[in-house]
Amino acid sequence: MGGKRKRRLELYLHIPFCVKKCAYCDFLSAPADEEMRQRYVDALCLEIYGYRRERHHVYKAGDSARLQPRFSFEGTFHDAYEVDSIFLGGGTPSILEGRQIRQIFTALWEAFDISPQAEITIEANPGTVTREKLAAWREVGIGRVSIGLQSASDEELRILGRIHTYGQFEETYRAVREAGFDNVNVDLISAIPGQDVESWRRTLEKVAAFSPEHISAYSLIVEEGTPFYEYFKEAGTCISDAHETVQPVGGDASVMPGGNADKAGGCAGFIMPALPSEEDEREMYHLTGRVLSSYGYHQYEISNYAKEGYACRHNLGYWERREYLGIGLGAASLIGHTRFKNTSDLETYLENMQNARTPLSAENADEVENLTPADEMAEFLFLGLRKTRGISTREFAENFGRDIGEVYEKPLRKLENGGWLKREGDRVLLTERGMDVSNMVFVEFLEPEV
Amino acid sequence: MEGTDQNKIRNFCIIAHIDHGKSTLADRIIEHTGLLTSREMQAQVLDNMDLERERGITIKAQAVRTVYKAKDGEEYILNLIDTPGHVDFNYEVSRSLAACDGAILVVDAAQGVEAQTLANVYLALDHDLDVVPVINKIDLPSAEPERVKEEIEDVIGLEADDAPLISAKTGQNIEDVLEQIVKKIPAPAGDAHAPLQALIFDSVYDSYRGVIVFCRVMEGTIQKGTPILMMATGAKAEVVEVGYFGAGQFIPCGSLSAGMVGYITASLKNVKDTRVGDTVTNAAAPCSEPLPGYKKVNSMVYCGMYPADGAKYPDLRDALEKLQLNDAALQFEAETSAALGFGFRCGFLGLLHLEIIQERLEREYNLDLVTTAPSVIYKVHKTDGEIIDLTNPTNLPDPSEIEYMEEPIVKAEIMVTSEYIGAIMDLCQERRGVYESMEYIEEKRAVLHYRLPLNEIIYDFFDALKSRSRGYASFDYEIDGYERSELVKLDILINKEEVDALSFIIHSATAYERGRKMCEKLKGEIPRQLFEIPIQAAIGSKIIARETVKAMRKDVLAKCYGGDISRKKKLLEKQKEGKKRMRQVGNVEIPQRAFMSVLKLDEN
Repeated sequence: MGGKRKRRLELYLHIPFCVKKCAYCDFLSAPADEEMRQRYVDALCLEIYGYRRERHHVYKAGDSARLQPRFSFEGTFHDAYEVDSIFLGGGTPSILEGRQIRQIFTALWEAFDISPQAEITIEANPGTVTREKLAAWREVGIGRVSIGLQSASDEELRILGRIHTYGQFEETYRAVREAGFDNVNVDLISAIPGQDVESWRRTLEKVAAFSPEHISAYSLIVEEGTPFYEYFKEAGTCISDAHETVQPVGGDASVMPGGNADKAGGCAGFIMPALPSEEDEREMYHLTGRVLSSYGYHQYEISNYAKEGYACRHNLGYWERREYLGIGLGAASLIGHTRFKNTSDLETYLENMQNARTPLSAENADEVENLTPADEMAEFLFLGLRKTRGISTREFAENFGRDIGEVYEKPLRKLENGGWLKREGDRVLLTERGMDVSNMVFVEFLEPEV
Repeated sequence: MEGTDQNKIRNFCIIAHIDHGKSTLADRIIEHTGLLTSREMQAQVLDNMDLERERGITIKAQAVRTVYKAKDGEEYILNLIDTPGHVDFNYEVSRSLAACDGAILVVDAAQGVEAQTLANVYLALDHDLDVVPVINKIDLPSAEPERVKEEIEDVIGLEADDAPLISAKTGQNIEDVLEQIVKKIPAPAGDAHAPLQALIFDSVYDSYRGVIVFCRVMEGTIQKGTPILMMATGAKAEVVEVGYFGAGQFIPCGSLSAGMVGYITASLKNVKDTRVGDTVTNAAAPCSEPLPGYKKVNSMVYCGMYPADGAKYPDLRDALEKLQLNDAALQFEAETSAALGFGFRCGFLGLLHLEIIQERLEREYNLDLVTTAPSVIYKVHKTDGEIIDLTNPTNLPDPSEIEYMEEPIVKAEIMVTSEYIGAIMDLCQERRGVYESMEYIEEKRAVLHYRLPLNEIIYDFFDALKSRSRGYASFDYEIDGYERSELVKLDILINKEEVDALSFIIHSATAYERGRKMCEKLKGEIPRQLFEIPIQAAIGSKIIARETVKAMRKDVLAKCYGGDISRKKKLLEKQKEGKKRMRQVGNVEIPQRAFMSVLKLDEN
């Protein structure tokens, strides 16, 4: 490598299995038996080994029907990249046995040049974690555990369709700490049906009192294709198609429609409480910042809070447009100027990997998209502005050779004058008001004047 | 056709209230006389357009020639002229009637005589037609043919004793109708050797042959090579072909002589040259005077039509031009709106005509339209003595320049059963109607006579009438001049900017109510945006109503991890597309449908 510095790479591994699908979840995940899980882990490892083998000119040039991908590197991933973070997401990755985790990491360490300082995270759900698994995680180098709690209220957990209680979370949390993990995230969801501001405050305070290094607090989004979507659509709730926020239904409880009872968790006659109003939802959001800051967390992204030095490097990678390789079913990648996805069909995935067909060959990938400079500028803005520190105008100029004030003259002026964006030295960032309506801000940046 | 015995021709039309079965009877006659077998028949042959079939109304006049072998052993040529069935097309109806010698009146055996029945009968009698009543739908359980016979005699004053009792649906007793046509409707008069006089009752444009003129020859003979003159428009041409109407096709023949109904082609390029009601004569040997009754039809209702996608403006122009080829009553001229961009101010015979054109543009030409509120023609008398015909509210002069304004008034006849008289009177009152008289046509039914401003009935009067009478009221009207009126222009301001496409003229007494309703409706249609948006209704500089669209409180993709950036981007792009479908007025984005929503304020 002749002293040439390697490029930095983030790895994402998707584990598409869970014990039971939650009522709000639209991720690629489903329950599966142990045999299927093992077949999947085997395929995942085959995919990982595939990257050890893949050399440059990864996309075949003669394939004229496809877009020509715009990336290339010398040698293999191992030669060209140093892995800075690994994230095992799902689904519920903690559903995998310790030996399966060892199997995956044996492959990873062999196929990739993983930095000794890499941030390696696994998502875990209460009720699926054992001491044996925790030991395996430590052993393979996992240093960060992200626990999906969502709420400290058992009633709210039930409404969300979670498999665990708050008590089980406490057990899991203690076990994780006892196993030696010193970097722990807890995932929370606000604006749960039936939740009020006080209930959300209790959740925040209970969790913050445990002092995890990181807290992700998302507002519930009612996504199409989830049981929640069916309830709130049938209840006459307006679900806006463009940005998927949900309007309040005026305090009425909606009875779950009988026809959808099975789909929605098999509890016919269950009364679904109303979603909090938009006002309450925003109140909860603003409360999050206040409560968590009093516990020593700082907000660094729209939904993410961390103690000093514990911001999630992996997720920051997405917002800063660093290159990442997604491994596993439906996983998305950004390599060079090309975005692409692995197949989302499980059987196709298993078969592809049996035959060493990684998504680096265009014919095995989904949604291959070669980004134009205009696309990348738009992404730079709508991803970068998610961070509380916003974007750097100097970085924009370095990346694109253009002055941001020229490319985005009109939207910048409009949004700054309106008080949705502000400047701090070199940086442009969302104001508090801007953060509330960030989608509307981002939309303004989709078409740069190039 | 050569050598056809004029005495063996019958020219007739069918008149009926809407839904009483006019088109079905026409089909049955065509079928019965063997012009088409039932297998060849598509339901309702004469209504060519999908729209006509769907709405169950006839928009353009049609004609068909069949041959019937009567019980007397002779073969008769029956020319059936199907007339448009709506008050908007009254003039066309009257010209079609003028082309006939008799009319079959179809009355529904359950519903009896309705307002349109009466109006149509009077129109037919005005044209000296012999009217033959037929009672239809006797297969219905609720049929009361004897009562309806009495009603026809009492209300209309027509002998109905031997009226055929038929079911056009099942074909029962159709033969009786045909026999009565032969017996009761007179053969056409006229002299085949007199100077040519032919009445145009419709025309269609064909891209190969130019205009095809539908006419009834009153006097003389016309054939290939005849130099013709349209007496009102002055257009001249040489006949290329003459012929008669098969079922859905044109069948050429040698000549058309007095008493015959058929078509002429003469390389005419524009239906404007062949106005309905005009007289065709021989340019070389003209008749002394045209047939009576011609008038140029004028648009009564106007609205702005804009392409939803501004880039489709040329497409809209092409489509309107094509429609106009077949519809001389359609008028349009280019106009611009600050809110809606480039479009056209279009003139129509009435609201139905407007709706039909709108639907045809959308369906046949695949255009997405934004339509402004329909307006009638107001006469604006300016202080300097000038009188303006105002078709677009935006063009109203400054109030200081206006002496007074006039609006068109109609005479309305509403037939209603006695229990709904009160409700209908209330409705007319609300619509600024002036009561004239009421007469009972039988114990339980009355005809109300009102004078109503046209602008009060062009929106939704018909729907209101139907809903308040549970469908039992029927309605007909004719224009009855202009009257001075206290009219104001109501403007809508969105975020303090006037939206020209939403302005309209209204009587000062109802302006407040309407302004309030419009603001309410718009509030529901305009999505929250980054800032608060006031919606105001104003008369001149005076604000009369106000609503506010609150600023968007929240629009966040809370979760943006997992690396699937493409999906997030797609969501944002979808949102951006949504924005593009909106009209930008000042800083505010207004969805297209907001412009349309204010047309339907009375929906609950």
